[in-house]
Amino acid sequence: MSLKKRETTDRLLKVVFKATGLITIGLLGGIFFMLLYNSMAFFVRIDPIDFFTGSQWNPSAQGGYSIFPLLVSTALVAVGSMVIAIPLGILTAAYLSEFAPKKLQSWLKPAIEMLAAIPSVAIGFLGIVLVGPGIASLMGLQNGLNALNGSLLLAVMALPTIITISEDAIKGVPQTYREASLGLGANRWETLFQVTLPAALPGLIAAVMLGLGRALGETMTVLMATGNASALPHGFLDSIRTITATIAIEMGEVPYQTTHYFALFAIATVLFLITLVVNLLGEYFASRLRKFHS
Amino acid sequence: MEDIKLSAHALNLWFGNKQVLKNIDIEFAKNQVTSLIGPSGCGKSTLLRSFNRMHDLSPEARIEGKLMLGEMDLYDPANSVTQTRKRIGMVFQRPNPLPKTIYENMAYALKLHQFPKAEIPGMIQSALEESFLWEEVKDELDKPAVKLSGGQQQRLCIARTVVLRPEVILMDEPCSALDPISTEKIEELILKLKEHYTFVIVTHNMQQAQRISDKVAFMYLGEVVEFEKTDAIFQNPVHELTANYVRGYFG
Ligand SMILES: Nc1ncnc2c1ncn2[C@@H]1O[C@H](COP(=O)(O)OP(=O)(O)O)[C@@H](O)[C@H]1O
Ligand SMILES: [Mg+2]
Repeated sequence: MSLKKRETTDRLLKVVFKATGLITIGLLGGIFFMLLYNSMAFFVRIDPIDFFTGSQWNPSAQGGYSIFPLLVSTALVAVGSMVIAIPLGILTAAYLSEFAPKKLQSWLKPAIEMLAAIPSVAIGFLGIVLVGPGIASLMGLQNGLNALNGSLLLAVMALPTIITISEDAIKGVPQTYREASLGLGANRWETLFQVTLPAALPGLIAAVMLGLGRALGETMTVLMATGNASALPHGFLDSIRTITATIAIEMGEVPYQTTHYFALFAIATVLFLITLVVNLLGEYFASRLRKFHS
Repeated sequence: MEDIKLSAHALNLWFGNKQVLKNIDIEFAKNQVTSLIGPSGCGKSTLLRSFNRMHDLSPEARIEGKLMLGEMDLYDPANSVTQTRKRIGMVFQRPNPLPKTIYENMAYALKLHQFPKAEIPGMIQSALEESFLWEEVKDELDKPAVKLSGGQQQRLCIARTVVLRPEVILMDEPCSALDPISTEKIEELILKLKEHYTFVIVTHNMQQAQRISDKVAFMYLGEVVEFEKTDAIFQNPVHELTANYVRGYFG
């Protein structure tokens, strides 16, 4: 009787788990299909070559459907924020797990996690009233709402993710590796940089990918704090407008099923593909490194 | 009469409030193999690790007493711990190759200690030959070290220690994770290498202690109960505890 019951539960759970898995895959597929379907409608009207190579995003004007300035904007803040957040995040994580006294750890860690709880609109606000004007006065600019401002803010937003996941990765490195290295006469720094961090690399890559995903997908902060200029930017001190901000701003006002409407799906598809490639690359490198571990 | 290479005098060690080593006096002679035996938890690993200062890593460890390598005080702040660990190598219980290639495992410490670049490949080859591993790995030096069998990994760990030409090699149950054939190879290796190095080896295997050691120290609850020539410990132990232990009455 009870055996039969257990077998039934077993079968039931199998179905439930399969179903949840399928739902996730179905959702992902559905979203991708919707994006693709609407993008097709766009590319029927606008030549893909113009879309990628043009220099203007200005849907109200003729031929103003180039993703290029938006793509450059997105790349600028993504790269800028990662240049700041990757070294800072990984070194903080290393310090927390390898060197920090227990007491410092016990308040620094919750503090970092709190950083992740700040709403993005608040960070954007901080960018407008504090960081942006700071940049402007430091660099002698008219206006500090630019790619640098966005990079700094996104770095702050990506840091908690990068630190938390990197720290787990570093903590997860077997103590025997450290002992092997120290036992051969390496000091703590040599051990950290030549053994512990390389051994944690798969996890560090995962941390960076998630941080990068955060930066690529973040909308409100960049919308508020980067100047909202869809002209092609030439550097970090120019105002920009990312793909995400463009969609957020324009989707609400665009007439249904116009070229402009479909264009927003097209740029969303590009963002989706970029994120996908970033994740796949991360996974590829992570798995290549794993073969060195038993 | 004997040339003393490594010694501890009035050594006491605590982890927090718990005293793990009690007033230990012991001297290890040059080019000999000394085994440390005793029931689990009696402090063998702790004693071994105090010689290459591995306890520096645990903030709760407190050490009193004098530990000497020849004439050098190992805990004298004037002596660098990295140099000490180069002179006193250690092989651990579980083979612990670094997550790098075989070659990089060998080259790692040589680069740290800044040996001339041109000499490194030759040094690696001779250390691997001395460790009976060269023939097995010479064609796959750039394979990840974890792809080797457990016994090969442990010989790699020995080779990686030997390549630095240390004076003392500490081994903490180096065969406990290995099969009998690998164990035999490693014992053979120890007996060959002792011509050049001084060995202190923790083992749980009484036959192994008899096969490889010149002297044996029996430890119990943090003290060295008896320290004698191997034959004496196994044939005529003075203490009843030693007698019971080597006859396998407790473990
Ligand atoms: N880092 C440590 N912190 C606290 N206690 C420890 C630590 N290392 C070992 N001990 C304790 O010290 C005692 C001796 O351990 P150990 O030297 O490993 O014994 P053995 O190697 O003889 O089995 C044990 O009771 C163990 O629990
Ligand atoms: Mg032990």
